[in-house]
Amino acid sequence: MTDYSIQERSLQPTSARVEHPLIETARMFAGNRAALSGLAMLFIIVVVSLAGPWFYPTDPFEMVWSPFSPPGAKGFLLGTDYLGRDLLAQIIHGGRATLAVGCAAALLSVFIGITFGALSGFYRGWIEETLMRITEFFQVLPTLLFSMVLVALFGASLGMITFAIGIVSWTGVARITRAEFLKIRELEYVTAARSSGASNTNLIFRVILPNSLPPIIVQAALLIGFAILFEAGLSFLGLSDANVMSWGAIMGNNRPYILLHGFTIMYPGLAIFLTVLSISLIGDGLNDALNPKLRNR
Amino acid sequence: MTALLSVKNLTVEFTTRDGIAPVIDDLSFDLAPGETLSLVGESGCGKSMTALAIMGLIPSPPGRVASGSISLAGENLLQASETRMRAVRGNEISMVFQEPMTSLNPVFTVGEQIGETLRRHQGLTRRQAKALSIEMLDAVQIPLPARRINDYPHQLSGGMRQRVMIAIALACRPKVLIADEPTTALDVTVQAQIFDLMRAVGKETEAAIILITHDMGSVAEMAERVVVMYAGRKIEEGYVDDILTRPRHPYTRGLIACVPHLLETVSAERPYLQEIPGMVPPLSDFGFMGCLFAPRCDRVETLCWQEKPKVTQITPSQSAACWNLQDAKVRVDA
Repeated sequence: MTDYSIQERSLQPTSARVEHPLIETARMFAGNRAALSGLAMLFIIVVVSLAGPWFYPTDPFEMVWSPFSPPGAKGFLLGTDYLGRDLLAQIIHGGRATLAVGCAAALLSVFIGITFGALSGFYRGWIEETLMRITEFFQVLPTLLFSMVLVALFGASLGMITFAIGIVSWTGVARITRAEFLKIRELEYVTAARSSGASNTNLIFRVILPNSLPPIIVQAALLIGFAILFEAGLSFLGLSDANVMSWGAIMGNNRPYILLHGFTIMYPGLAIFLTVLSISLIGDGLNDALNPKLRNR
Repeated sequence: MTALLSVKNLTVEFTTRDGIAPVIDDLSFDLAPGETLSLVGESGCGKSMTALAIMGLIPSPPGRVASGSISLAGENLLQASETRMRAVRGNEISMVFQEPMTSLNPVFTVGEQIGETLRRHQGLTRRQAKALSIEMLDAVQIPLPARRINDYPHQLSGGMRQRVMIAIALACRPKVLIADEPTTALDVTVQAQIFDLMRAVGKETEAAIILITHDMGSVAEMAERVVVMYAGRKIEEGYVDDILTRPRHPYTRGLIACVPHLLETVSAERPYLQEIPGMVPPLSDFGFMGCLFAPRCDRVETLCWQEKPKVTQITPSQSAACWNLQDAKVRVDA
């Protein structure tokens, strides 16, 4: 492989070989210190949430000590909540549900958003009119209120909460996807693909969608953070699954005692803050790495 | 001569704010198997629209095929279903576009893009398609094709990309290759290479070629027959030698005179670059019941403003639509 004749070598591009776009993106991302620290932070949070319960098996629902023990008392690092349950155990065990709801809700909204955006951007006409009116309806909807109504009506199960968050947060993805589709469908390589016999499905999934992914990926990353915050907000208002521990649920449970025993709300709040912060940093890093206009500033 | 592709009385209309305009107005021509036919004219004359009409890709709305027929080996493509047309595109008729820089999908390797067409139309497996893709890249003279199939379009130069486009277009051995100004965006040095390549590969795959261009130089180099278009109408047709040496329509004559000649230009008789005064009429004037070239013509007569020029059959192979044909003896100063 290394031994070309001179003739063959002279046919190679003279400048350094161009990299695969993904490698280039990864390099850009790796050069971004904020994004890297966000990634490291999120990695720790995910590992602790997934593996933590095995290493810290204290039942988060079990009353282990007197209520509102301050952090550090009797070996409970973060103290106990209003029922005397171990706060550290709750945070470690609650991470799973919080992250799961965040990811699942973001996935749902990305799915709905891409479907709406792709169909309206590709087919235009009455399809676009209809889908965009529906999108606008969801845009002007008071999101928190609508989710609360959904959860209150259909029960505060984890699945319902995920659905309620996903259904109100997809409009941004839909608009971004549609804008990208409108831009890309006019490009020459779409006409070229059509002229080589590509079907509409083919054009949507193989030609236009892959080329419109970068901004959608960024939006999806930020959506996870948004969904986690939203879940915390619902839980804080008492709309959480009583059988599942989540960071929002801890805050919701201790809400009446916020002024007297602030730490019970501060610690889960800190966990949420760090998670959302790390996701935002990653999202910004992705945005810089994927957007060629911002490159090499 | 049995025609492979036959366009008869094709009229394509566009709905504009000013009403309905025929961007292609009663156009007819035949393409024989293996032949290279050139569609010539300025921008906005309906050349590319003709190509899109043959592909069944007229943007609709605002476009619409109003009348006429396009038949490929006897089958009227205008009545074919969309499914049938998808099987025709890229397989029986394929197209090379003007801008190689933007005609390839940037997120897939060139190998995947050639292979995709092959798998779609020929039902090949991934492995077979890959082998054939390498073969095609080799045929379009891309060095080290086995390595190049893993390249992304942005890693290739314009000329290389146009070679890839030709490889994609010819991969399924189509009967007709439509090349829409395939060299306009390329360096002059590369243009000749691409023409040589199209001729060679076209001959090997026995594809008939429709070359769309505004450059009489390309026509002289590539084509066997020429159809000159102006404002959606065919104004002259004939063998390339006849057209170049004895153009009968004033517009064809103008086009030929416009080709710059490096040395000859600097002479007492021809000190400046030639040009045709004025420009192609706006879409709203298309379909005018006189000669659309009349405003720019130096041989214009009263009749030209009143009636659409009749097609005069000059020789069995050459025809022109003009009320005041150039004398055949007057040679072009080219």
